[in-house]
Amino acid sequence: MGERGTKEYTFWTVGLFAVIVAALFPVLWLLMLSFKTPATVGDGSFIPKEWTFENYTTLFEGGLDSPLLRPLINSVAIALIATTIAIILASFTAYAIARLEFPGRRIILGGALAIAMFPPISTVGPLFDMWRALGIYDTYLGLIIPYLTFALPLAIYTLVAFFREIPFELEQAAQVDGATPTQAFRKVIVPLAAPGMFTAAILVFIFCWNDFVFAISLTSSDASRTVPAAIAFFTGESQFTAPTGNIAAAAILVTIPIIVFVLIFQRRIVAGLTSGAVKG
Amino acid sequence: MSVAVPPQAGAAAEGKKQGVSDRAKAERKLGWMLCAPAVFAMLLVTAYPIGYALVLSLQNRDLRFPDEGGFAGLDNYITVLSSGLWWSSLGNTAFIAIVSVAIELVIGMILAMIMHRAIFGRGVVRTAVLVPYGIVTVVAAFAWFYAFDPASGFVNGLPLIDDDKAWFGERWSAMAVIIAAEVWKTTPFMALLLLAGLTTIDEGLYEAARVDGATWWQRFTKITLPLMRPAILVALLFRMLDAFRVFDSIFVMTRGSQDTESISIVGYNQLISRLNLGLGSAVSVLIFLVVLIIAFIFVRGLGTQTPGED
Repeated sequence: MGERGTKEYTFWTVGLFAVIVAALFPVLWLLMLSFKTPATVGDGSFIPKEWTFENYTTLFEGGLDSPLLRPLINSVAIALIATTIAIILASFTAYAIARLEFPGRRIILGGALAIAMFPPISTVGPLFDMWRALGIYDTYLGLIIPYLTFALPLAIYTLVAFFREIPFELEQAAQVDGATPTQAFRKVIVPLAAPGMFTAAILVFIFCWNDFVFAISLTSSDASRTVPAAIAFFTGESQFTAPTGNIAAAAILVTIPIIVFVLIFQRRIVAGLTSGAVKG
Repeated sequence: MSVAVPPQAGAAAEGKKQGVSDRAKAERKLGWMLCAPAVFAMLLVTAYPIGYALVLSLQNRDLRFPDEGGFAGLDNYITVLSSGLWWSSLGNTAFIAIVSVAIELVIGMILAMIMHRAIFGRGVVRTAVLVPYGIVTVVAAFAWFYAFDPASGFVNGLPLIDDDKAWFGERWSAMAVIIAAEVWKTTPFMALLLLAGLTTIDEGLYEAARVDGATWWQRFTKITLPLMRPAILVALLFRMLDAFRVFDSIFVMTRGSQDTESISIVGYNQLISRLNLGLGSAVSVLIFLVVLIIAFIFVRGLGTQTPGED
């Protein structure tokens, strides 16, 4: 890398700004669109000529029957439950793979990789049929189960990479110093494992938050429909108005948690995303 | 401390063979017990449904006509494979996947180098690129859709672009917007994987090459690319398989009209919209096979290396 003032330095600096603009521009566009009034939404300008908050307020009119409140609650609850279960199960597995000697470790890792590549659409039809037979079609459980399945490989890979870095000798050292096995695990291993688990949890949450295929296939009402699915089925207030402003506003709302995560946990997310791949 | 250790050591020495194998057995059992719940959860929604899909695909099963049923043999597969729709959707999917991944590889490499070389603003640029990575795909699709849609967008107002261009009224322009949205959304992921590979390269190699008078391009093609081959292959594999599932963007932008259907859209339409489980399951199984073939080709290319294995 060049010094300040050299040609190379200028080149990378310009590149840096171009990247930031390109990454944020479409989000900025949605934000602008979400502030336009119905009369000006089609005027083709980037910045609204008339500003309004109505696109946001109408999303919540009518409480639980409003277009967005129920899906928002569903999205948060389903993603949180699926993330919690996935991290617990993946921690067991990753701990075993990182620390214990037993046949089948490679098969489990290989199988997890295969499932990470599995096309979700291939399971949608059978699940649709099975869930209706079991009575969990259009319920939280009906979405949590497939999210869990497809989030587990991601969580296992991230956690194995983190757990392999933990110096497990410390646990024995603590026991030699008089700690009970439980104490040694709780006071030594858990604090060291927590950052990795937290990182995996963020990645899994983003994954569940993002899903669309299962959300539109395995739900039929606002009882369990998540925000991405709800947005896609928004209708205008009358047959003659497009729901553009409302969709833009809902899209911005569902993006806010992601932006908050990214702002606070940027380092962790980057470390988590690349942890599995570097080892390859 | 000194009291606790000797008895253990003595016991281990006494019955060494017995003790070790017992311990190994216990460890093995614990390992399997810890892995069992996750393995079960992963198989529940993959292995079982794909097996079930295989069974369904051999039957006449249409939920609109529940009385007509029975074994259909390979009829569903013949229907799908002899339809123009399947082949054109497979072509569309391959086109979208190959073009978007190729663009992503080039932009992703440049992006990775910018993030690697930047002295200041490293944190800012990483935060910025994580926004497209983390954003909901449906939201990204709407952002691009509304930007190009003549009823709301600003793109047609830009200079050099026809004011009345109906981007989603014609196949190739619709495909172009779909690919643009895909590229915007997933290039950061590609770039971060490539960046991870880039940081493992020893800086000394570049210094040595510079001393020997190698140009920028020579350093890139003779040092960077060969050393990054594993990282590039892993990134390509992940993105290619991911791109083959393309669904959300197409669903939002065209719903498959103007001949822009992907294989996932065809599968969804058969299963959920037309409720033809037999025919839809045949599509599911075929999609599964396509993904399997692509994975196989890449894993052969990767040799024995798969990420996560030591």
